[in-house]
Amino acid sequence: MRYRSDLSEREVTPRSVWESRREFLQQSLAVTAAAGLALAPFGALAGLDAKSNPDFRPEDKLTSRDKVISYNNFYEFGTSKEDPAENAGTLKTRPWTISVEGEVNQPKTFDIDQLLKLAPLEERIYRMRCVEAWSMVIPWIGFPLSALLKQVDPKGNAKYVEFETLKDPDQMPGQRRNVLNWPYREGLRIDEAMNPLALLTVGLYGDVLPNQNGAPVRIVVPWKYGFKSAKSIVRIRLVEKMPVTSWMQAGPEEYGFYANVNPDVDHPRWSQAKERRIGDFLKRPTLPFNGYGEQVASLYAGMDLRRNF
Amino acid sequence: MLDRFKRLSERTITRLKALIFLLALWPLAKLMILGFQDDLGANPIEKILRNTGFWTLTFLTITMAITPLRQLTQRVWLGRFRRMLGLFAFFYGVLHFSTYLVLDQFFDWANILKDISKRPYITVGFSALVLMTPLAVTSTDAMLKRLGGKRWRRLHRLVYLITAAGVIHFWWLVKKDISEPLIFAALLALSLTVRAYYARQNRVNSAA
Repeated sequence: MRYRSDLSEREVTPRSVWESRREFLQQSLAVTAAAGLALAPFGALAGLDAKSNPDFRPEDKLTSRDKVISYNNFYEFGTSKEDPAENAGTLKTRPWTISVEGEVNQPKTFDIDQLLKLAPLEERIYRMRCVEAWSMVIPWIGFPLSALLKQVDPKGNAKYVEFETLKDPDQMPGQRRNVLNWPYREGLRIDEAMNPLALLTVGLYGDVLPNQNGAPVRIVVPWKYGFKSAKSIVRIRLVEKMPVTSWMQAGPEEYGFYANVNPDVDHPRWSQAKERRIGDFLKRPTLPFNGYGEQVASLYAGMDLRRNF
Repeated sequence: MLDRFKRLSERTITRLKALIFLLALWPLAKLMILGFQDDLGANPIEKILRNTGFWTLTFLTITMAITPLRQLTQRVWLGRFRRMLGLFAFFYGVLHFSTYLVLDQFFDWANILKDISKRPYITVGFSALVLMTPLAVTSTDAMLKRLGGKRWRRLHRLVYLITAAGVIHFWWLVKKDISEPLIFAALLALSLTVRAYYARQNRVNSAA
């Protein structure tokens, strides 16, 4: 039996009408998504499916999303704060792999989409203190870095973890100048990396990371100055000796390996006693370990924090 | 071509002065417009600090360039704009310091004193502003007469030191990318080189 439509051509909805309906629906969806974004910190997450973790919801007022994504230090895209938002469009975040290697029993390369499913995503609101004495409060999305490290089964002599950012001057125009020794390298001691606060981060404000914030995957180490939280990571290497980071090479007397937020140890050129929270007028006192002393101070028991700055 | 603009009429100079005056106020006007539109970015205080500092150093550099330019081009009238440009350097320097005092520190005197005594880049920057003050005060014709040309010129040579201090102040505060301070340093070196060359020429000529 052949199918025969008993509708005449003029009874069918004209193409232009259903096309405009589709457009209307798409626009409505976009508006809903935007509204979801605005509501994101209150639980209804759009973009990335993540549950808000009640353990990390401080009293601090959130820094607005437009400021979080327009005022960045990401020298791979230029040295001024506005440069990353302006220039990071050239970064391609798919395909993307992150290789975890070194002193491990099972080195692995993860595809970014595989990585997103490795552990349940959660939203955590962290304070972020820059070494330049300003700070923000940001709702990140990710999961503990330890969940990734456990996947590769670190060997007993893996004492440190080194993080390496992508190096590709075509995608990262700031790398055409040797402002830092590229690729950007950062590091943590293994117990710091395994601390539940250290977050492998893939999103902020309910959605995937904007390129200028370190897409598609970065770490966030909230008790240390911001530069420790490496962005756009392609390689994680577990090593026996303390890695030399890009900032340690750039200024060994100014930037140490630990770089814990510490109001009592000044940067050689400026004070770290206070900070300006972005959006505030008056500066506020900086807290030891950026206020996370309860969770991390024990990592440094017996250490001279003036020497190990 | 060489003789063009060799001399300017008083009227032209007055008009040019008015134009330069308005142009020199533009950086401040722009900051104010951006401020009223709430468009100074995520860290407005830092932006105002950076901007007023940048213009202080820019006006110092332009002021320093006037004499060498006059020597190179034989356009004596260039010197007529030097005082106004120097005073604008002082004007932006005062704005820069006021921004630090009020917006950045909010009269935290203890911390300000600590900054000035302990942070070399602030020590140098503050000294530059202090040294600019007597130059601004003695910038009038009456003060020039009272001091006498010789003493006045000796005093106003401080501007070399002030500009150098400004460049160092900028250099020392930059975290890593020193390209902008380098440009100011190069312009200052260029001005000084031209001046040194003509000073030598003058000595040779007067000895002959």
